[in-house]
Amino acid sequence: MAGLAAAFGSGAMTNSIDEIEFTEVILATGTNTTENHPIIGMKVKRAVRQQGAKLIVIDPREIALTKYADIWLRQKPGTDVAVLNGLMNVIISEKLYDKPYVEERTEGFEALAKVVEKYTPDYVERISGVPAEDLKAAARLYAKANRASILYSMGITQHISGTDNVKSVANLAMLCGNVGIEGGGVNPLRGQNNVQGACDMGCLPNVLPAYQPVGNDEARAKFEKAWGVALPATPGLTIMEMMNAAHAGDLKALYIMGENPMLSDPDLAHVEESLRNLDLLIVQDIFLSETAALADVVLPCASFAEKDGTFTNTERRVQRIRKAVEAPGEAKADWEIITALSNRMGYAMPYTSAEMIMEEINQLTPSYAGITYGRIEREGLQWPCPNTDHPGTQYLHKDRFTRGRGLFHAVEYVPPAELPDQDYPLILSTGRVLYQYHTGTMTRHSKGTTERYPENLLEIHPNDATKYGIKDGSLVKVASRRGKVKIKAAVSQRSPEGTVFMTFHFREAAANLLTNPALDPVGKIPEYKVCAVRVEAA
Amino acid sequence: MSGIKLTINGLEVEAQPGQTVLEVARDNHIYIPTLCQYPGTTNVGACRVCLVEVENARTLVASCCMPVTSGMVVRTNTERVRKAQRLIVELLWSSGDHNCLTCERNGNCELQDLVYWLKIDKPRFNIDPPGYEIEATNTMIQRDLNKCILCGRCVRACNEIQINEVLDFTMRGSEAKVGPAFDLDYIQSECVFCGECVNVCPTGALTFKQARFAGRPWEMKKVRTTCTYCGVGCQMDLNVHEGKIVSVTGNREYGTPNTGSLCVKGRFGVDFVHHQDRLKKPLLRRQKGGELTEASWDEAIDFVAERLSALKKEYGSDSIAGLSSARCTNEENYLFQKFMRAVIGSRHVDHCARL
Ligand code: SF4
Ligand code: SF4
Ligand code: SF4
Repeated sequence: MAGLAAAFGSGAMTNSIDEIEFTEVILATGTNTTENHPIIGMKVKRAVRQQGAKLIVIDPREIALTKYADIWLRQKPGTDVAVLNGLMNVIISEKLYDKPYVEERTEGFEALAKVVEKYTPDYVERISGVPAEDLKAAARLYAKANRASILYSMGITQHISGTDNVKSVANLAMLCGNVGIEGGGVNPLRGQNNVQGACDMGCLPNVLPAYQPVGNDEARAKFEKAWGVALPATPGLTIMEMMNAAHAGDLKALYIMGENPMLSDPDLAHVEESLRNLDLLIVQDIFLSETAALADVVLPCASFAEKDGTFTNTERRVQRIRKAVEAPGEAKADWEIITALSNRMGYAMPYTSAEMIMEEINQLTPSYAGITYGRIEREGLQWPCPNTDHPGTQYLHKDRFTRGRGLFHAVEYVPPAELPDQDYPLILSTGRVLYQYHTGTMTRHSKGTTERYPENLLEIHPNDATKYGIKDGSLVKVASRRGKVKIKAAVSQRSPEGTVFMTFHFREAAANLLTNPALDPVGKIPEYKVCAVRVEAA
Repeated sequence: MSGIKLTINGLEVEAQPGQTVLEVARDNHIYIPTLCQYPGTTNVGACRVCLVEVENARTLVASCCMPVTSGMVVRTNTERVRKAQRLIVELLWSSGDHNCLTCERNGNCELQDLVYWLKIDKPRFNIDPPGYEIEATNTMIQRDLNKCILCGRCVRACNEIQINEVLDFTMRGSEAKVGPAFDLDYIQSECVFCGECVNVCPTGALTFKQARFAGRPWEMKKVRTTCTYCGVGCQMDLNVHEGKIVSVTGNREYGTPNTGSLCVKGRFGVDFVHHQDRLKKPLLRRQKGGELTEASWDEAIDFVAERLSALKKEYGSDSIAGLSSARCTNEENYLFQKFMRAVIGSRHVDHCARL
């Protein structure tokens, strides 16, 4: 997000889901789309099978989309910047880039060209293992299209170089004039239903709603006036920094609404110590999650089917959820709980419905100003939607980037923080599967999804399996410098030799006991996609 | 571009080149029954229920596959058409085991509707039902091929809408059936349980298993909402009966972003809502190291308010942090950061977008 915001002035998905089906070239990198965003995966497949689109997949794993790809670049995990720079090297040296666009709409091209100069296809092949000829073919295919859409997800961001990876993706799209046009764009696919909305609403330590920086006096003054309090002018801690502060004893209380860091965060042993070190842990959830079990106070809340409100999907579309059934027992909607707590603490919150809160959001959040319940009754609206006559925005950066000119960032390849060595000879990559979701709180309490994928599996290449004496379906021990888990092996060619893969949905074999909390210095996203492990028969 | 002129049932209408007779009839609110035809998939003319009379054509033609031509004269409602339609539907009816009394599709079945619309009292034929076993090897989709009319909608939905490429026609002639390759059960196949095939099936051959005996279609309250899982934000209906979500269905008319399609999580991942382990009362750990025990809301809110106020007083606002959720609504996220910033006065608010 930070990467895209730096390049374009906005971190959101530039284009719309429907456009993906009707473009000329799709470049999918670091997104296992058919499993994590199945309906977008469906549109990618339809684009290829029915609309004649070409598909380039850049991914170390043999994900389902590779079956539909015209070109599949299988890079070594964590070498994304090298591959992207390599693509741009070819595009610039063969003069395939969109020169007028670069001149009129962007800045920083010279510096970019200078850095990518050394990323020749041969050099990139040595770093990433991607054959030089394939790299050239992919570069030409992408550059020659009139409209090409880039899709990416956690496979790009969950690296120590995550922000750089994103900047590289943005570079590539701008170089070929693909931003600000229908069917083009740089499209980060958000993993969770309302990540976009949580960011839009200012649940980030450095910004107020609609990305108005806390350091901006004018923005702060607006909120101070509306809320009747003085607001701090400096950014606070990110989630990983909070854990560290709790560990050090500087943070005394943590209020967690609907999250389960005891399964989702890297290096769980450290997380548990941190949470136990707090004076007060408040957890609001629908089940007694691993995190809630450690809490001093657990507040039962309503699920999505038991309350009204809105979610903002990955294409910035604000859509309604509606109360269908009553919450069990005394569980209440999260907004009702916050309201009650605030009133008890002496700060009046008068809300009696979710809609009343949206009315306040409309006043203070320029991009949501025109998004009222009345207008989205039948179909959601895409922000920015600055007033109630505005039709919403299908794609961003038309004619002009949010920040003015698009900014190229010259980015060098940096290897992952922890590479395999003698003691820990394999790379572990973590992710999700179609049938489970995040920490499993919901999917593992549902019959069908559990039936289809009941337990965690370690995906391991046949050659590695032979080497370590592991049979398909047998129990293995996986250890990293931080911890170890027992898990069943699934021998398959999906992951390349030297890399194993597992999901983080299961507490019984929690991937995050192993993962490395090394953070991307800007985005503060942990490196879930690469850490060094050892595997042996259990 | 000038339109093509033709007449349907004596009415002069205009059409665009490439349109089928069926499409033009529908555009002009003239009803032609269909079974195998389904929007977003190829027209195959398999069921032949959409037969119409075209002047100067020797036989009746399937309107879903018939492109319009200039000057064409079409009749959709002659006795000849009806007779042919009745014969087809009677054959479909009698070659399957269509016992509406216990069928999950009762009241929401296109075959049943057509029998009624064609005013068929009883089928003329007496054919032994095929005698397939009902597939009961998974908890999500029930397959009763005794009710299958071989319209092929499921095959086309799986291959052309979802591109999951699981279903096909297997065997031929009187043995013909639809299903995954090698005659496997769904659960053994590559099926990803998107449920598209169930959504399009016009009969009770494919139904949602967990909805079995859980309520009739006309008793169901449909509540439109947005899926709670991934960032696509699919639009869906929760079908509610007696306070419980019985099934989840897509609706093509809701349009973007999913036009009625869903994935396994949206379709079959919602029963967690009624799971017995849901938290129903606030829990308090009244002493460090003690157990979590039930409390009233009043007590819990008091406890939190007092403890937060005390910590704020002793260590300052920045000793308190908040983590919000990508699973909560915009309204709740807005309120959460407002609470942290305005009520607590803390700078520390984040959520799990990074993870
Ligand atoms: S559920 Fe989906 S994948 Fe499975 S057979 Fe039906 S349409 Fe195909
Ligand atoms: S299972 Fe349903 S959709 Fe498929 S061919 Fe049979 S009747 Fe048609
Ligand atoms: S139904 Fe599937 S694709 Fe659609 S929003 Fe839910 S999880 Fe995502």
